Amino acid sequence: MKTIAEINEKIKQGKAVVVTAEEIIDLVKEKGVSRAAQEVDVVTTGTFGPMCSSGIYFNIGHSQPRIKLGGGRAYLNDVLAYPGLAAVDIFLGANALADDDPRNRVHPGDFNYGGGHVIEELVAGKDVRLTATAYGTDCYPRKRLETWLNIKDLNEAVLFNVRNAYQNYNVAANLSDKTIYTYMGVLKPRLGNVNYCSAGQLSPLLNDPHYRTIGIGTRIFLGGGIGYVAWQGTQHNPNVPRTEAGVPKRGAGTLAVIGDLKQMSPRWLVGTSMYGYGVTLTVGVGVPIPILDEEILRSTTVTDEEIYAAVVDYSDAYPNRKPDIIAEVNYAQLKSGTVRLQGKKVPTGSLSSYPRAVEIAEILKGWIRRGEFLLTELVAPLPGAESGVTFKPLKERTLEI
Amino acid sequence: MEVSKRVVLHFPRRLVEQPVIYRLVKDYNLEFNILRASITAEPEEEGLLVLQLKGEQEEYDKGVKFLLKSGVKIQSLSQDVTRNEVRCTNCGACVTLCPPGAFELDPKTRQVKFDHEKCVACGLCIKACPPRAMEVHF
Repeated sequence: MKTIAEINEKIKQGKAVVVTAEEIIDLVKEKGVSRAAQEVDVVTTGTFGPMCSSGIYFNIGHSQPRIKLGGGRAYLNDVLAYPGLAAVDIFLGANALADDDPRNRVHPGDFNYGGGHVIEELVAGKDVRLTATAYGTDCYPRKRLETWLNIKDLNEAVLFNVRNAYQNYNVAANLSDKTIYTYMGVLKPRLGNVNYCSAGQLSPLLNDPHYRTIGIGTRIFLGGGIGYVAWQGTQHNPNVPRTEAGVPKRGAGTLAVIGDLKQMSPRWLVGTSMYGYGVTLTVGVGVPIPILDEEILRSTTVTDEEIYAAVVDYSDAYPNRKPDIIAEVNYAQLKSGTVRLQGKKVPTGSLSSYPRAVEIAEILKGWIRRGEFLLTELVAPLPGAESGVTFKPLKERTLEI
Repeated sequence: MEVSKRVVLHFPRRLVEQPVIYRLVKDYNLEFNILRASITAEPEEEGLLVLQLKGEQEEYDKGVKFLLKSGVKIQSLSQDVTRNEVRCTNCGACVTLCPPGAFELDPKTRQVKFDHEKCVACGLCIKACPPRAMEVHF
């Protein structure tokens, strides 16, 4: 048994043994779990995919005379932002659009520009236009503000993503006769293709299926810089069917992550357009897993073949919240390029970039090896399968006049 | 030696009604496949044809000379759809959507290769690419 404090000592001395969640697979085949658990200190994971529930909050500083944006309206490059936080704090979500964006009026809409793109531009150091109106008070008399903003001049600029790094997800298919345009990409009719979105064997939470080391306070790679797990992500659902090794077979845990936007990079925060669906942000997340015992090490050896997901019809079952699934497949099958569904050979596509996930795991490995990144003890655990936390559907309660 | 090339032809107004493609077949023995055709209202350019042309190298070259002499502007199609290598994140969303299969996922590196030669400039990948890395120029 090792402790994180011991591992951090080794990291400070530049002596920590760090491998990625891909490298550990062959290492354990060669040396066995017991030896590997003694020798390896940290396994790094990574993922790079569209993560819609992402956003930033920032403080622009006071104008002269002062303005109170809370209760007013604010736009960044014409994209609607949320100013309901005090005088000069603004929140911008990845999915936000301009008021005059045509959306799906002519379906499928292009969704060329939105919150995710503003975030990417801000991180890239570009000027962003703020246009805001306020109702004016005695202490904050100003009612209009139009100014260029640059991330360098902001006070706090914080990436705060309320749901990232999904622990597994659906595989999307289309059983109807028409092409459909979804957050899982363009889906061709009659099982023309299926799309998946997971880093599989490299994915952070899939390498720590029961949240033994990843929890509130875990220091992570986020958007090219340092971040932390702030809370469980929204829709965190530990209570799903799992394999004997504890690996969830459906979308399960999620992370809410936070970090200083000023030390992040546009390579790892990419404005993303999902044709016919909307705008989002593709986020790079990497989590280090301290190898404290054999069970933790064993979990990091999970392979694509051992991770299963449900193929769901996005033309009917998904929009109408029907629980049926078409089939269960594993990520090795998905990554082979085709899967067999309903007697057909169906081509598979990915939305999550595996090469970028590898790059993240490698970067994090480099930081730790060079003593530039210390691990943290989790401050509080994420809710586990016995916690009773589930992802409840909405029970509509009609209003009576 | 047989060659097969994809070309974009811009026809000036005065040529739109002349059987130029017919001459490519009759005089130069070239096989053609129309990938896209449009007649625009632009005053400078009246006709656009995207063709796949197949034939003997010598005849192909003579056919191209004929087109140029007639006033047709020729571009190789492979230069028209490009991938912005900085924006491409190698996610793989394009792979199953491309009709001629111009995108291929390398099984080892899992990076996406774009084969210009297979591209027919249908434009499906342009909007379907999440980071909008695909660009088309005519």
